[in-house]
Amino acid sequence: MGKNNQNAWGTRVGLILAMAGNAVGLGNFLRFPVQAVQNGGGAFIIPYLVCFLLLGIPLLWVEWAMGRYGGRNGNHSTPFILDSMGNRQRLWKYIGVFGIFTNIAVAAYYCYIESWTMSYTMHSAMGTFQGMDQMQVASFFKSYLDIEISTTGIPYEPIIFFITCVVLNSWVLGKGLAGVERVAMVGMPMLLLFAIVLAFRAVTLGTSGASPQHPDASAIDGINFLWTPQYQSLYDPKVWLAAAGQIFFTLALGLGSIQCYASYLRSKDDIALNAVSAGFMNEFVEVVLGGAIVIPIAAGYLGLDWVKENASFGMAFQTMPYLFQKWGPILGAAAGVMWFGLLFFAGITSSLAMGTPWVGFMRDEFKWSNAKGAWSFGLMLIVLGLPTVVFYNEGVFDEYDYWGGTISLVIFATAEAILFSWIFGIQKGWQEITMSSDIKVPSFFKPILLYVTPVMLILVLLGALISPEANNWLGAFQSLGAGNGWPLSNGSIISQLFNTGLHQQIATAKGDGATILKNKLMYVNGARALLLALFVGICILVYVANAKRKKQQVA
Amino acid sequence: MNTSALIIMVPTLIGISGFTVYFFWKVLNVPKRDEPDSFSDN
Repeated sequence: MGKNNQNAWGTRVGLILAMAGNAVGLGNFLRFPVQAVQNGGGAFIIPYLVCFLLLGIPLLWVEWAMGRYGGRNGNHSTPFILDSMGNRQRLWKYIGVFGIFTNIAVAAYYCYIESWTMSYTMHSAMGTFQGMDQMQVASFFKSYLDIEISTTGIPYEPIIFFITCVVLNSWVLGKGLAGVERVAMVGMPMLLLFAIVLAFRAVTLGTSGASPQHPDASAIDGINFLWTPQYQSLYDPKVWLAAAGQIFFTLALGLGSIQCYASYLRSKDDIALNAVSAGFMNEFVEVVLGGAIVIPIAAGYLGLDWVKENASFGMAFQTMPYLFQKWGPILGAAAGVMWFGLLFFAGITSSLAMGTPWVGFMRDEFKWSNAKGAWSFGLMLIVLGLPTVVFYNEGVFDEYDYWGGTISLVIFATAEAILFSWIFGIQKGWQEITMSSDIKVPSFFKPILLYVTPVMLILVLLGALISPEANNWLGAFQSLGAGNGWPLSNGSIISQLFNTGLHQQIATAKGDGATILKNKLMYVNGARALLLALFVGICILVYVANAKRKKQQVA
Repeated sequence: MNTSALIIMVPTLIGISGFTVYFFWKVLNVPKRDEPDSFSDN
């Protein structure tokens, strides 16, 4: 390979920033603080850090090791990485399909959120939010999501921004790893800079944001609320499941993109130190910076009671632009650009990572160029993503997020943890992790990899499969013990699969309400059909690729 | 801020920041190997 090889990492720092960028996403700034607030405040951090140690770090090592092992055999995506580790049992390459499928399914709606950040950066710079009150900023977001309404005069504005975002991602992906690395080298420092400035402003806000409408508003109250432990929550399995889930999503585990990035490393390259460095970088952004922006600023202007009632993902778009206006027109616009700019960088470094497994797979198996792979990825995102844009309110977006962005990750990570420690074998696996390592990997991680991580993943999967009503696990076990059966939540996988909640709503709705819900059911099933078609399509490609490989071996 | 929040917050923030800096510093300062690595291609 010559100089400026598109399919190799340029520098070690570039690799770590790209890996950290893959993990750092919108959830670091929006999901983590909300999860902490809803699950025991400061006490949430205890199960969260325990899960980082027992689930996060081991799985990071597993995925990096799988990637480097696969890359050594010329495999840059999970179907044939798993195949090479799974004693050539046919099943594993089809489980590996999750490592491409999930990335495409998630990228399809993730690029839509990314396009919001792109649009809101522009609106912040243009001063669109100046003079708007809280309600107007919130309704601006609803107007933006409505494709019939244009906030800039551009017709079908959300579609245009979505397609622009997909084109940008495809163009960078077409440049190979070199393009991805360049974006990470610029995006991650910018993200850190913007986040540090906003966090500093937030934690020094004090009570200066109090107003006649919110006389008790205080940023310190927000920080106190986030960090004051409610120790009784440690006995609640729901909190542990939430912590495990957060660690999982924040580190981008179970996606297949880490394996893909690591597959461009060689045997003599370290993975143990790289993995913990990228992992801790993500934790720094999430816990130190992510916890210090949204909640303190919101509490600083609107008061703690408002935060308790309204803490949600939507705050980023529906509330923050209004609050930034309180810093004056220039500082407010700058803060808006920094906030949405950092979310954009967090988003694009993750969505690019989601494109690399498909590009790698098509190059390995069908000799497609990076550009061809990247533009075909973009085309798939448009076909799969447009329904989430057009039918956002009909539940298509949520359906993708649930099956593609939640359940598939847990299934795949559980399978890979079992494969790595039990099928590939812990001895060989441990050797892979520690090979050429620049740090001494503590040996207590060996039993953790063998027993604790797979068991925790199985528990997370079971927890999602049969989650009880109101997440009340103790009550559910008591109900089971008393012979009253298991009170299944409508949010459990089983109920979701059968649309139990939606059917219940339809049964009780009347008139137009029932028609709207029946239409929603149709869109939900349509979204599932698209996802299923994607999964089956990738399975067929893997089948064809495998047949080609066999043919080449015979020849 | 209340004491119980500080007891959780301060060690957590110091610990995470410390480990982040330590591991990244180690990445930057680890002695380079004699043989070429993946990054030598570029």
